[in-house]
Amino acid sequence: MSQDNIQFPEPLLQEVARQIAKFPEGKQKSALLSVLHLAQAHFGYLSEPVMDYVARLLHILPIEVYEVATFYSMYDTKPAGKVKLEVCRTGPCMIEGAEKIVSYIENKLGIKDSETTADGIFTLKTVECLGACGYAPMLQAGEKFHEHLTEAKVDELIEQYRKNPVANYLGLENHGA
Amino acid sequence: MERKLLLEHIGVEGINTHDVYRKNGGYSAVEKALKTMSPDDVVEEVKKSGLRGRGGAGFPTGMKWSFIAKPEGVPRHFLCNADESEPGTFKDRYLMEKIPHLLIEGMILSSYALGCNQSYIYIRGEYMYVLQILEKAIAEAYANGWLGKNIKGSGFDLDLAVSTGAGAYICGEETALIESLEGKRGNPRIKPPFPAVKGLWDRPTVVNNVETIAAVVPIVNEGGDAYAQIGIGRSTGTKLISASGNVNKPGVYEITMGITVEEFIYSDKYLGGMKNGKKLKACVPGGSSVPILPHYLVCKTAAGEDRLMSYESLSDGGFATGSMLGSGGFIVYDEDQCIVRNTWNFSRFYHHESCGQCSPCREGTGWMEKVLHRLEYGHGKMEDIDLLWDIQRKIEGNTICPLGDAAAWPVAAAIRHFREEFEWHVKEPKLCMTKNYGLITEKTFETVKG
Repeated sequence: MSQDNIQFPEPLLQEVARQIAKFPEGKQKSALLSVLHLAQAHFGYLSEPVMDYVARLLHILPIEVYEVATFYSMYDTKPAGKVKLEVCRTGPCMIEGAEKIVSYIENKLGIKDSETTADGIFTLKTVECLGACGYAPMLQAGEKFHEHLTEAKVDELIEQYRKNPVANYLGLENHGA
Repeated sequence: MERKLLLEHIGVEGINTHDVYRKNGGYSAVEKALKTMSPDDVVEEVKKSGLRGRGGAGFPTGMKWSFIAKPEGVPRHFLCNADESEPGTFKDRYLMEKIPHLLIEGMILSSYALGCNQSYIYIRGEYMYVLQILEKAIAEAYANGWLGKNIKGSGFDLDLAVSTGAGAYICGEETALIESLEGKRGNPRIKPPFPAVKGLWDRPTVVNNVETIAAVVPIVNEGGDAYAQIGIGRSTGTKLISASGNVNKPGVYEITMGITVEEFIYSDKYLGGMKNGKKLKACVPGGSSVPILPHYLVCKTAAGEDRLMSYESLSDGGFATGSMLGSGGFIVYDEDQCIVRNTWNFSRFYHHESCGQCSPCREGTGWMEKVLHRLEYGHGKMEDIDLLWDIQRKIEGNTICPLGDAAAWPVAAAIRHFREEFEWHVKEPKLCMTKNYGLITEKTFETVKG
């Protein structure tokens, strides 16, 4: 991605303006986390040029963006697949069989945790508690929660996303890097 | 008597929309407060209600509100903590998703009480679809005159917006939340100054949990005294419990404080008993950070009394034989679950979520995870159990924020009550890889180490 291609289209610039307008004048840095979500959804991941662009949009220093992008676990500073399958691995999900679901996905897709399939469609990631403990095991793809997972349900999901590798995020289509 | 104060209308079709919420009595508390009550009257009712913070700490809400500084000419802010991330807890998501206007109504009441004109809901990034539900509901509230300038002719102005996190448990700690809302890393601040004096953008700020804020609505509607009549002792009102684990009916329940734990686990009205007829082995009653209770201390206290779903009863016996109501993340374990594995899993969580500011937490959580991992995988030594005890003791109380305590307590409680299961992992390194220890034997408290 070269520096020149990095530009939000008009509707996204309006969304950035809406996020900034939530805060008092001069406090536009408060919109940083939201704008980074937008940037990741649109550009696929937060490369250095993307982060620099966000810094310019918010009139803050690039370092202020880097330190935030590397702190929060939802941000990818490296390319990821078009659809991230984020399987919750924490206590309540573990006792309901999350580990088996992870192994099943690993075998089915031929990748390990944090890896991306060769076709660039799927990234598998184990994550900490997503607040769906009563409906375990579960995974999140884009902004959608898929609960009460079974191997059959995982098969269906993978089939569905392989046909249409779009995980909506903030109502945007994530086209991947 | 059974009362539902928050989820009464949850089954009503379309209750997530303004019009249906309004038809079912919604926003009547705002009308009442703006027409007939001063801000201080609202604070007074909340004090009388005995409402305590529902996010985990259980601090009296009215008292927290009364700490807010009111310097002349400085705006104050009211923030909703919707960063629900404590393992085992999923009640706030349920409430926001199903009945978003209840939270908005509570935000208006609380902001009015505290004299705040710009309030925010900070929601965890993973709940992005819930954020969209909230934004839609907020737009409806503006369109119907419940938000904005001069609300219903009262002269009170309020702007409300939702902002998002991006995956960090630590942002549920209120000063980390404030940092995050300022667009920074979620590093908790050193206190004092407390947020009530210097919070968001160094202005006086109050942060409350979603459920706490929602509870202000029935308190204003029915009065603080009426609310205080519900429940037991200092545990007034109702509580949302997120139930998970090896039970027949996991999910979110609104309970009246003071029902017995036995009824909650075994009656068909609530969890419907253990799944597959298995035996109860242990229970974490208030989210992953509270002490785990062995089966013989779940339904009865060490003194042999019925254990109740209340702040006091769940903590009866202190950490030696009790636990905490915490956030109400109620995790139930059956006889097939391995306590060492569960403790390792929780330690990995806290290691992952430590912000890294304080050495005892940053280093200690990782160290505990490593030691627990080798115990679980049959490479542990007997000394490791004492080593773990030593590490957790050196984390607790030695960090800026309570994440250190939250990481230490589950390890301490697991060793305190399940030491024989840890020792078995050392003595039977091969067997522990294929088999679980099963139920532990009941012991008298005097013999428990620590």
